[in-house]
Amino acid sequence: MSAVAKTKITPINTASPTIAASLKNASVKFGTFTAIDSLSIDIEEGSFYTILGPSGCGKSTMLRLVSDLIPAASGDVKIFGKTTEAARLAREFAFVFQDAALLPWRSALKNVELPLEIGRKRGIEIPVGNKSPHELLEMVGLKGRENALPHELSGGMRQRVAIARALVCQPKLLLMDEPFGALDEMTRDHLNMQLLQIWKETGTTILFVTHSIPEAVFLGQKVMMLQAHPGRLREIVEIDLPENRTIELRDTQEFTRYSAYLRKLLETC
Amino acid sequence: MTIAETNLAEQNSTELEERRIERRKKLKAGALPLGTAIALLLIWQLGVRLFQVPTYIAPAPSDVAITFVDKFPILMANFWPTFYESVLGFFFGNVFAILIAIAFVHSRTVERAFFPIAVFVNTIPILAIAPILVLIFGPGLTAKVVIAALICFFPTLVNMVRGLQAVSPQALELARILSASKSEVFWKIRLPSSLPFLFSALRIAATTCVIGAIVGEWVGADLGLGALIIDSTFNFNSPLLYATVFMSSGLSVFLFASVAIAERLIIRW
Repeated sequence: MSAVAKTKITPINTASPTIAASLKNASVKFGTFTAIDSLSIDIEEGSFYTILGPSGCGKSTMLRLVSDLIPAASGDVKIFGKTTEAARLAREFAFVFQDAALLPWRSALKNVELPLEIGRKRGIEIPVGNKSPHELLEMVGLKGRENALPHELSGGMRQRVAIARALVCQPKLLLMDEPFGALDEMTRDHLNMQLLQIWKETGTTILFVTHSIPEAVFLGQKVMMLQAHPGRLREIVEIDLPENRTIELRDTQEFTRYSAYLRKLLETC
Repeated sequence: MTIAETNLAEQNSTELEERRIERRKKLKAGALPLGTAIALLLIWQLGVRLFQVPTYIAPAPSDVAITFVDKFPILMANFWPTFYESVLGFFFGNVFAILIAIAFVHSRTVERAFFPIAVFVNTIPILAIAPILVLIFGPGLTAKVVIAALICFFPTLVNMVRGLQAVSPQALELARILSASKSEVFWKIRLPSSLPFLFSALRIAATTCVIGAIVGEWVGADLGLGALIIDSTFNFNSPLLYATVFMSSGLSVFLFASVAIAERLIIRW
């Protein structure tokens, strides 16, 4: 039977892209409160999804569900065909938190190296990326600051260290929970550009939660709009903007059109 | 001289001026308490001489100073036992407190079973418990070390438990995403983040362990600063009493400064 199934699936796989994350009727409950209600979506490998929605729509909860931080009450979540736990143990994904979550006693370099130190003794095979921690820090523009402690770095620099740390095991899926939410606009623009560059260089899949409509349009190939009470998928908006995105793109009519559309949609969520 | 050069020269001179002001400020900050102390000592000296206060009631600072120099070998002979008792008590009391704190954090049951007992022991005045311990351990070094250890124990226990629990939730989520084992979470996250709490307890312990050792010596000892205090009091040798008190507070200051220096070297964040 399995042989039959295989022969059937193989042609479909070659035709359509690999699915990085797949949610099928996934629900999350905190006690009697339903945070996410029957969410279904397939995230194609290599895509950049931004997730928008009013507060309480379960944006962060969705990332926590995918990253095995919280369990699904019902439904099914698969990362590259594996359970979330198996994917976590295999380091298929990495997480970037809103506040950088650096260990304050470790230097920037030591923070980036942390994922390589943890899990060894448990027999977890730690995938090592083709970029060393040094090179990753250089890539995010922190060459020369390797030995700085987190408190000696600015908020934007700390977040860049956190991104370098997330990339050190070369994850196929990068989960980002409002990573630039606490930064000023200039820094945020700069990091947005840098993130797009990283996305292109690494080819990783990105799920990016934000509460900023311009940021969602600027970064995303697709914007997932969630609605609140209970958290449900409202709409997926494809952003058909040129591949090479620059800050000037924000002043174009198409960009404004997408922003306006999402703003209106958000009001009804 | 070009304009640029003049500017540079001016800048240099203002910088020098600023540094001079800075230095003067620092000098003032140090000179003020020192000057006050010297003034108080002078008033004391003049008061004792003016009102012809008998030496056994209140010796003049000059008498104390002369005794301090004359009896220095005796003072040192009594200093070392107290020093050893304090340092050993400090060491064992804190190690014990740290280990119990770790047990408390790992097991709620252990905490519920033993914490009330620890509180109860802490409520017994050290003066009341000292004779009991001297009876148990005899008049030797052990009893004093145990008393000094006991007095260090409780503040370190409470602070260490708080420190081990004061880990940022995001750091723990990061550890979970990295599939860290319990021991990895402990060594790489919990223990380092508890260090600032531990050091504030160690600062307290550095001064209280000396009190413990001296109280132990009061109850029964032939040698030690505590024994010398009792001895010189009964002999109405006030200058020696004052010199001994000065010596014991010097020991406390020394231990406190050692902890403070260690803290500055270890905790750089």
